[in-house]
Formats: sequence, structure tokens, C-alpha cells
Amino acid sequence: MAVVTVRRGSRRRLRYVAERRGFLATLLISPAVLFIGALVGAPLVLAIYLSFTDASGGSLTGKWIGLANFRSAVDNPIFRGALWHTILFTVISQAIVVVCAGLLAHALVRAFQGRWFLRFFILLPWAAPIALTATGWYWIYGAGIPQASVLNWFLVHLHIVGSTGGLNWLGTPRAAMSSIITVQAWRTIPFATVIFLAGISSIPQEVDDAAAIDGATGLRKFWHVSLPLQLPIAIVAVLFGIIFTATDMVVPYILTNGGPFNSTHVLTTWAFQVGIVSSNVGEGAAIALFMLPLLAVVTIGMLFFARRAEVT
Amino acid sequence: MRARSRLFPYAVVVPFAVVLAFPFAWMAITSLKSNAQVYNPANTWSFHPTLSSYGFLFHHTGYVTWLKNSSFVGLMVVLITLAIAMPAGYALARLAGHVGRGLGVGIFLTYLVPTTLLFLPLSRVVAQYLHLEDRLWALVVVYPSFTIPFAVWLMMGFFKTIPPELEDAALIDGCSRLQALARVVFPISVPGILTVVIFTFSLVINEFVYAITFISSASNRTLAVGVPTDLIRGDEYNWPGIMGSIVLVSVPLALVYNAFLNRFIAGFTGGAFR
Repeated sequence: MAVVTVRRGSRRRLRYVAERRGFLATLLISPAVLFIGALVGAPLVLAIYLSFTDASGGSLTGKWIGLANFRSAVDNPIFRGALWHTILFTVISQAIVVVCAGLLAHALVRAFQGRWFLRFFILLPWAAPIALTATGWYWIYGAGIPQASVLNWFLVHLHIVGSTGGLNWLGTPRAAMSSIITVQAWRTIPFATVIFLAGISSIPQEVDDAAAIDGATGLRKFWHVSLPLQLPIAIVAVLFGIIFTATDMVVPYILTNGGPFNSTHVLTTWAFQVGIVSSNVGEGAAIALFMLPLLAVVTIGMLFFARRAEVT
Repeated sequence: MRARSRLFPYAVVVPFAVVLAFPFAWMAITSLKSNAQVYNPANTWSFHPTLSSYGFLFHHTGYVTWLKNSSFVGLMVVLITLAIAMPAGYALARLAGHVGRGLGVGIFLTYLVPTTLLFLPLSRVVAQYLHLEDRLWALVVVYPSFTIPFAVWLMMGFFKTIPPELEDAALIDGCSRLQALARVVFPISVPGILTVVIFTFSLVINEFVYAITFISSASNRTLAVGVPTDLIRGDEYNWPGIMGSIVLVSVPLALVYNAFLNRFIAGFTGGAFR
């Protein structure tokens, strides 16, 4: 008899808690959802709306003009250049990052003396504010005066160029593009290294041992055991890098602001130029929206690989 | 063979460390030169060190004001973020089950929506509806839109590592769920919370696009915008001063970052891969 009451009581209590749980969860989560809805969701919808209007500086509304903004954006050769530069900027910098971060992570995963100390130096580019370090790079590239560039000092003293030579790093189209790609790779390497490292360390020792017992060693072990296990996390890190590079404005804006001769404009700097500097809000929004398909594809990839990582 | 494998980490890590840290070394060296020396290639490595550029920075530029502005915005945004993200992260980790996981991933994905996509509509919203044009409060209001998704994700990862049995014990002892949260869960999550504070603060210090769009007067700028715009495009280029301003902010930030990195990784990957 006593046992039955206790059980009934506890069941009632459980149901009570369960109901409260749902209520409490809603209560705790809703402020975050509301905030994000108001300041990410709404502006996103607004950006899409604006891209179909002729809204200009100082106003949030305009006449509905259909696809005219997109048409005029695509007709502009600077825009087509910007689209191409965005792809170059992203693909090349992230390819460099994958190779360097992969190497670094495999070295840093081992225990060796001075590791903490060296890791600090490797993290510096990620930890420092990029708007500031990009300004530092502007100076390293000579700030428009090739003889002041320390890179040219190295080139001269390694006898790669003559004593009066040296590159105008940000002043010629090819060099300027390479320069901003270098800075973007430089700042992304630490982040990718850290996430790769997490992926490698997450492989349980048992797996290693089992592979050793089965006779897998060296490259074979890496290829058939370690790599597949760390790949999902690594891919998530790379997708992150792709998103943050393709949508970044700081590095190109500070180093070249699209110059020389619009040879380094990317989608973001061009959207800023058209939407804010030229006050053509509608067309600026249309330009920025060209990032959306990329975001969608990368996001789907991320969800897919994050789930894979969870399963393994 | 063994010696070779012991040398491998150094052979890879040391060159990378040199290349990745070189810009900071060069900035520090430049900051110790006088303004007259910086353009002369003969003075690249040999010069008379001076701290005069730091004096210039503190007394003749807006640097101190920008430092204060960035700290103010950082502090306010951290407070707002914690107040909203801590409960949400906890609820997503514990209370909401499978729906919670979907919602958690959903919130995290909003972090991927870039500021460069939203700054145009937001600049109009800030000016016309919020009447915060050229005010630091505009940044305080808008920044949580990217710090909250990030912080919710991290907090969720941290709370998942705390065994639910601890709260169950508190509940059995007569606490309500909110009391259990305040007295048991939050106190043992202090390291996780500190990590969120540091990375939220650094996101704020880093932010550039909104700060350059919403703020127009030099006295309301943040560090990230003040240094590249007002120090460079001012009348007088003072490269030693500019480099000093960067080193002064970057090195302390990097030290703190390094100290909390392991926890950051645990939280960042814990949310997804557990």
C-alpha cells in the first residue's frame, strides 16, 4: 500500500517537473531568440526588401523597382571583378591555411619543451584585433613608400632585387591582391590550427592502440585511421574560414580599399562603397546579397559534417 | 630515427612562429623609432630607441578616448550577453532535449550571418528608429546580435560537461530549479563563464564594420576604427605612434587569449561534438 502511494506521488511530481521544464526552457531561451530575431532576422529581411527598391541614403523605403538593382550591379565591370576577387581571396587564402594549419597541428600535438611559449607566438595573429594588425601590415607593406617597407629591405639584402628596387606591395594590382591574401591567410592560420588540434586530440587512445595491434603504422595509419576520424572537425573549421573570409571586409578595406584601379574590390568593400559612400542603399544591399548563396551552401555542408563528427 | 622525430615539432613550429609573430616584432621596433627615422632604410635595424611616440599617442591623439569607448561598449555588451546567453545555453544543454539541439544549432547558425550583409539596413534602423546615430549606445544595442549566438553555443558546450546529477541532488534537497541553477550550476561554471566573457569582449574589440558605419565623429570612435582611420588619414602620419597603439592592445589581449584557449576549444567543440 505504502509503496503504491509513493510511486503515484513520484509520478505526479515527475509530470509536474516535466511541465515546468517545458515552460522554464521557453522562458530561458526566448530572450535570446527574440534578440536574434530582431537584430539578425529582421535586418536580413529588410536587406532583401531594400535590394528591390531604389532606397538611397537617409531613407529606409523606396519605390519598388524589381530586379533593376541586381541588373545594374551585374552590368558593372567593377562588380564582376569584385565577385572574382572574392573567390580568389577566399580560395587561395584558405588553401594556404589548410596546408599550414595541418602541418602545425600535427607538430603541436606532440609534447615538447617550449610548446606553450611557441603556441603563444602562433596565436598572436588571431588574438590581436584584425583592424589594428591590418594597419600594422599596411606599414609593413611600406604604406605607399616602397623604400620604407621592411619586406623590401629583406628583398634587397637577400639580393633578390637591386638596391634601388623593391615592390610597391599595395600599389600594383597583382601585388596588392597577393598582399591582402597573405594577410588573410596569416590571420586565419591560428584558428584553423587550434581546431585541427582539437580534432587530432579527440581521437581516443584506444583507436590508436587498436590500429597498432592491427599492424597499421606511419602513413597508412594516418590515411586509414587518423585522417578519417579528424576530417569532419577539420572540414567544419575550413568551412568557418571560408565564410569568414568571403564575408570579410576589414583586410581589403584597410589595406587597399579596393584599389589600385578597383583591382582588389571584393563583394563587401564594393557593397560598402556603393551603399554607404555613394548612398545607394538599394544597390548596395543587392551586391551584399550575392553572398547569400555561398552562405547557404557552406551552412548545409557544415550541418552535414558536424553530424558526421558527432557520430564518429 | 628517434632524434629526427624529436626534432620534427621544432622544425615545423619554430619557422611558423617566427613568420606569424614577425609583424608584431616589426611593429614593436617601429614604435621605438622617432618619426624622422622610419622612412630611412638605413635605419631599419640601427637607430636610437625612444618612447616619444607613446607620449604622442597618449597626449595628442584620441587614443585614450577610443580605449575608454571600446572598454565601455565591451563591458556593456558582455553584461547583456551573459544575462541572455547563460540561461539560454543552460536550457539548451539540459531542459529542451532534441528540440533543444535543433534550436541550439539554429541559434549558432545566425552567428554565421555576416555583419557585411546586415550593416546597410541596420545603419538606417539605428538612425531612424533608434535615433542612435553617432552614439556608442548604437553599438551596445547591435553587438549582442553576434555575441549572443556565439556565447549561447559556448555556454551550451560548458553546461553539457556538468553532470545533471549535481542539480538533481540540489532538487532533492529542496531547491527549486532556478535556485539549483543559481547556487549549484553557475558557481561551478565560473571558468566557462570567464571564457565567454573574454571571447565576447574580444569580438567587441575586433568589430569594425558596424563601428565605421554607425559612428561618424572622432570622439565616439572605438579602437578598431580610430587607429586605422584617424591615425592614418589624419594630417600627420606618425607611424611609430600607430605601431605603438597596436602593440599596446594586441599583446595583453593575446596573453589572456592564450590562457583561456583550452577552455574555449572545449566549449566550442563540446557543443557540436558531444
